[in-house]
Amino acid sequence: MPKSHGSDIDALIQLLAKLPGLGPRSARRSTLQLLKKRDSVMVPLAHALMNVADTVQICEVCSNIDTHNPCHVCEDVRRDRTTICVVEDVSDLWALDRSETFRGQYHVLGGTLSALDGIGPDDLTVDSLIGRVRSGEIDEVILALNATVDGQTTSHYLAEKLEEFDVKVTALAHGVPVGGELDYLDDGTLAAALRARGSVSS
Amino acid sequence: MTDKNAWSSLEHNRVFISKLTLTDFRCYQHTQLKLGCDHPLVVLTGPNGAGKTNILEALSYMAPGRGLRRSSLTDVARQSGPGSWAAAADLMVGDEMIKVGTGIEPTPGGETAKRLVRVDGENAQNSNVLGERWSVGWLTPQMDRLFIEGPSSRRRFLDRLVLGLFPDHSRQVGAYERVMRERNKLLAEQGNRADGAWLSALEARMAEHGIAAAIARLEFAGQLAGQLDEAEDGPFPKALLAIDGWLEGMLADGTAPVDAELAFRERLKAGRMADGSNSRANVGIHKTDLVVAHAPKNMRADLCSTGEQKALLVALVLANAKLQAALKGRAPLMLMDEVAAHLDIDRRIALFEALASLGSQCWLTGTDKSLFEGLSGKAEFFEVSDGKIQPSGR
Repeated sequence: MPKSHGSDIDALIQLLAKLPGLGPRSARRSTLQLLKKRDSVMVPLAHALMNVADTVQICEVCSNIDTHNPCHVCEDVRRDRTTICVVEDVSDLWALDRSETFRGQYHVLGGTLSALDGIGPDDLTVDSLIGRVRSGEIDEVILALNATVDGQTTSHYLAEKLEEFDVKVTALAHGVPVGGELDYLDDGTLAAALRARGSVSS
Repeated sequence: MTDKNAWSSLEHNRVFISKLTLTDFRCYQHTQLKLGCDHPLVVLTGPNGAGKTNILEALSYMAPGRGLRRSSLTDVARQSGPGSWAAAADLMVGDEMIKVGTGIEPTPGGETAKRLVRVDGENAQNSNVLGERWSVGWLTPQMDRLFIEGPSSRRRFLDRLVLGLFPDHSRQVGAYERVMRERNKLLAEQGNRADGAWLSALEARMAEHGIAAAIARLEFAGQLAGQLDEAEDGPFPKALLAIDGWLEGMLADGTAPVDAELAFRERLKAGRMADGSNSRANVGIHKTDLVVAHAPKNMRADLCSTGEQKALLVALVLANAKLQAALKGRAPLMLMDEVAAHLDIDRRIALFEALASLGSQCWLTGTDKSLFEGLSGKAEFFEVSDGKIQPSGR
């Protein structure tokens, strides 16, 4: 073990190296940067980390992760309360929200059904989704799950579960990405795009 | 027999190998084979166990999948070698030369080896890239039992052929099987307590992927039947082809895909109890069989003699190669292992002529050079013995 620095700093490097996208080398660089910018970055970062660690919780309505409960999305009065967009994971919620095209509510499932991995409906937030739909405020449920085999199975499952309620159930379209060239698309995507073709309105 | 000029003037983009290098592959520590490429046929002769089939196996790795022996990747490595292996080829498609390399690197931790593929010096993500610009077809002695074995090997044979025309087919079949395993597991573990909506979601996926795969199989079988029909009454018997499957049958009878999909879902739903106790689905494209018959005799292939079965199989493989040549403008590289042994002299010569006129290179193996008499001056010969390959005339 090189003795260029003490074990406290080493512990910090080890912890940083556990973060996604950071390896041992970038963890060492980040640590060095923190040490050099002790007052402007390191201390505020430590405070922010403590602060969020104390207050972070899972939203009891939509299972989003936030420092408030219900979360900021569920509390936001300017948002449309009649549509729910169902996503697999919080990262999907963030992705959709970054696009700023959807102004309704979200629901984070926490995964997809997979008998092979032993994940059933009880392991997902299906019951709370049905509870929200049952409350009667909702007009439309948008299923925004991944276009994988498991994601599509889960979409189908939810659609069937929601059949008994008076809501419109929709799913994201599959097909040609914006700015995409047909030549580069795989056969499955092209077939899906052809199946879901629409008329061009003038 | 096609001579040199006629061969190069074929419209097809000929696929052939001009150089093959093997490193720690089966019995070969390091071997290089250079070909003159002035004849479409390459003949490897040598005693049993000399390593003839190993050469064909190496060539079969120039296609996606598990090679013609379907071995695990680590079994291919030379015994008492370092555990890695490589097969590299200069592959010509028409006038363009493509450098293709594949193999595995040593895996110290006992992890499963991943097949590496390099095309023109660039690492490819997976072996699918090997199916884009050329294809490889083969016939091995293991396939001689195709008609008398259970349906699963015929289904695999069929699906591999279908893949030649419909690249999406393996994805559909793979997704179908995966969802089916999920349903089997759910039914086996939870029986009638299983969530009905979950089962019906899985069944809907099974139906969607199953229909897509069934349509591809039918479409392919129709095309292949047309090709078989075109073949003149040569030395190989006309083969009749039928796909025996509940879903394929329904579609062939003219049921619209949408209705067939619904019917399949209902059938699965009704069969849940029984499927749960058998822990497998009783109906679906995983039970489909390929039925082949000897047309002139109107006899099922499994009732034909060994020699006739071989002739039928050759007819199928040839028809498929011609179909690919017609539809894609290039015939597959053909690997025919010990194909001459079962055939009488007339059929043997007719087979050599048919293979030579396909358009792409064709590799043949045999224990005895006399099996290939009549080919002198029309093929490249190599003698294989003890892991060494020597040219042995033209």
